[in-house]
Amino acid sequence: MNKLGLIIQREYLTRVKKKSFILITLLSPLIFVALFTVPALLAIYAGKESKTIAVKDVSGVFVPPTDTTQEVQYELRSEPINDLKANYNNMGYDGVLHIPALPDSGEEAMEVYYFSEGQLSLGSKSSIERKIAKSVENHNIKRSGYDEDILNSFRPDVSLKEKELTKNEAGELIESDKQNSAGIATAIGFVSGFIIYIVLLIYGTMIMRSVMEEKTNRIVEVIISSVKPFQLMLGKIIGVSAVGLTQMFIWIGMTIALISVVGMFIPMETMAEAQQGPMQGGGPPPEMSAVMENLNVLKSQNWGYIIPVFLFYFIGGYFIYASLFAAVGSAMGDDLGESQPITFVAMAPIIIAIILISPVIENPTSPLATWMSIIPLFSPVLMPARLAFEPPLWELLTSMVVLAASALFFVWLAGRIYRVGILMYGKKVTLKELGKWLFYKE
Amino acid sequence: MSILRLEDVVKTYGKHVAVDQVSFDIPKGIVFGMLGPNGAGKTSLIRIITTITKADSGQVWLDGQKLNSLHPEQIGYMPEERGLYKKMKVGDQLTYLTRLKGLSSAETKKELRYWFERFDIKDWWDKKIEELSKGMQQKVQFIATVLHKPKLLILDEPFSGLDPINTNLIKDEIKELNKNGTSIIFSTHQMESVEEMCEQIVLINKGKNVLEGKVTDVKEQFKENVFKIEFAGDLPSGLAATDAANSGFEINSANGHDLNIKVHEGGDSNEILRYLIHKGVHIRSFNEILPTINQIFIKKVGESNE
Repeated sequence: MNKLGLIIQREYLTRVKKKSFILITLLSPLIFVALFTVPALLAIYAGKESKTIAVKDVSGVFVPPTDTTQEVQYELRSEPINDLKANYNNMGYDGVLHIPALPDSGEEAMEVYYFSEGQLSLGSKSSIERKIAKSVENHNIKRSGYDEDILNSFRPDVSLKEKELTKNEAGELIESDKQNSAGIATAIGFVSGFIIYIVLLIYGTMIMRSVMEEKTNRIVEVIISSVKPFQLMLGKIIGVSAVGLTQMFIWIGMTIALISVVGMFIPMETMAEAQQGPMQGGGPPPEMSAVMENLNVLKSQNWGYIIPVFLFYFIGGYFIYASLFAAVGSAMGDDLGESQPITFVAMAPIIIAIILISPVIENPTSPLATWMSIIPLFSPVLMPARLAFEPPLWELLTSMVVLAASALFFVWLAGRIYRVGILMYGKKVTLKELGKWLFYKE
Repeated sequence: MSILRLEDVVKTYGKHVAVDQVSFDIPKGIVFGMLGPNGAGKTSLIRIITTITKADSGQVWLDGQKLNSLHPEQIGYMPEERGLYKKMKVGDQLTYLTRLKGLSSAETKKELRYWFERFDIKDWWDKKIEELSKGMQQKVQFIATVLHKPKLLILDEPFSGLDPINTNLIKDEIKELNKNGTSIIFSTHQMESVEEMCEQIVLINKGKNVLEGKVTDVKEQFKENVFKIEFAGDLPSGLAATDAANSGFEINSANGHDLNIKVHEGGDSNEILRYLIHKGVHIRSFNEILPTINQIFIKKVGESNE
């Protein structure tokens, strides 16, 4: 095996074998999946524990729902309320609902009572309130002489659907199959940008710390008496990137596996329903159709285009920032605090990029968005953020070419600083000093 | 035949000239001392020889070939500041460092087995470096330096931080390696070990080669023709400094039963004996006082700093 390979192997294996790495890698998807499924499971199993309530309806308007799958079951009773209150337990009820006579018209508030030793969940409470309100509303509509259907037709349900137009071969504008949604594009933009930002920061600092450790340990002098400093730096960068990719693939794989395992036990609709929250109580939540629509829009996104381009920016950005952090790490001594200004050199661009992500996504075709997503220090965060908005091809290609060239340039540049930095001890390094190192002969 | 030859080597860092036109020659199979005060440029020179950096100008030959990128595999270098990966296991670490020197996996295993048995440290294989004592770490560092059987071994202050027992152990290993043909460069401040171990030295100060040669020749070169005579009984009263001067030497001092006598230029040390015997002094011993390397070092560095 060649020496670069040996270095990559060591950098990779020492990290992957660490207990902390194994724990984080294996536990994260579990926590992630649990975060999404536990509420669903809880809601489902909590829902199964249905309550049966005795209803003393003095008003005479309450129509108990016939659906038996509901969380709360109602049974109309004619016994006096005090008898019910005294014996509801023996009669097999969880509580007694007392609906008094309807108030005079003009009064809006209506008080209904629930008697029980136990407590109602928030979900059950609002569900009962809605059931009664609906019954009273229907009663009032009938009493006023309006037809319920006509009344419902007065309440329009407006939803704006975007239809993307594209040119066909003949150059005519036609409707494309893709469903557009500004909301979804924004979400994809933010998520992509933030993932890259966080990963670059985490793995950048990991490389910086590793370089500093080798320098303060002095092992670096032993190693570069066998291999070139550049080989050591490159080996480290590639090795750590392999660690990052391993972690991501495990996460993606485990998440998919776990979700499908969980999915075997829960039908998809129940899950989506549960995600809407138990607050809704019975009946399909009104947001349900919006969720389904969003899912469709998500599915119709051009993932075959977004994912590879995303990965390209991820890798390009990784090489740029990993090199920057390696160079900074090589220039630092044991004292992190003293070298703060230099750390800032590597941190500042990526922080600027994440600050710019909002204006860029809000206005993805503005000159700011165009130019900032070509500058290679910002483009790894900003271009993926714009991808779902489909930036013009020339912008994308320019940005990609600039990024690839810059990645090579930064690796080279970092190598120049690194080879001097790792052998420099006990000197407070200034930016000016770093600049001089670039021109040192080998 | 020389294992290493430097010719007019120059290295500058910015405006600072770290190595200034240094030339010297190290014959094959010897222990060579590279001496010099702190900041003299020894480490810069070593970094050039180990190909960590390149000379701005001048030439370096290793075993008759111009220094090239394959040569590090034939050099073993132990820096003054020791360093190993603290969290890595001894076995893994030594395997890694040796493979980086170009040894195959099988060869590495064979050599490792040899050294682990030789130092009787087989149970260290799975220990992390940070679990070892400082002395133990030094042993591991030494093994890491010699595992790939280098032609040229460069040891920068190899005994610093070692207790006397480990110092002797490493000394014996160095002698053993040297006996088997390894050439050794020894960079140190410990002058006693230089006198004990080195056949030849070079003295570097302010980036320049200020002195080089065989240890015996250098001492000869710096001797001041001073002799020490031990005698029995009392000195005769007629023994006077003026008398002695006429005979080509003078008595520096007389202390108890010792005389310290300096022979003037062109004088003959036999004259001392003749004179003293003539005067009736009972001589017990007669020795030339040679300067120590330490004295030469201080004198030479002092001179070149003026």
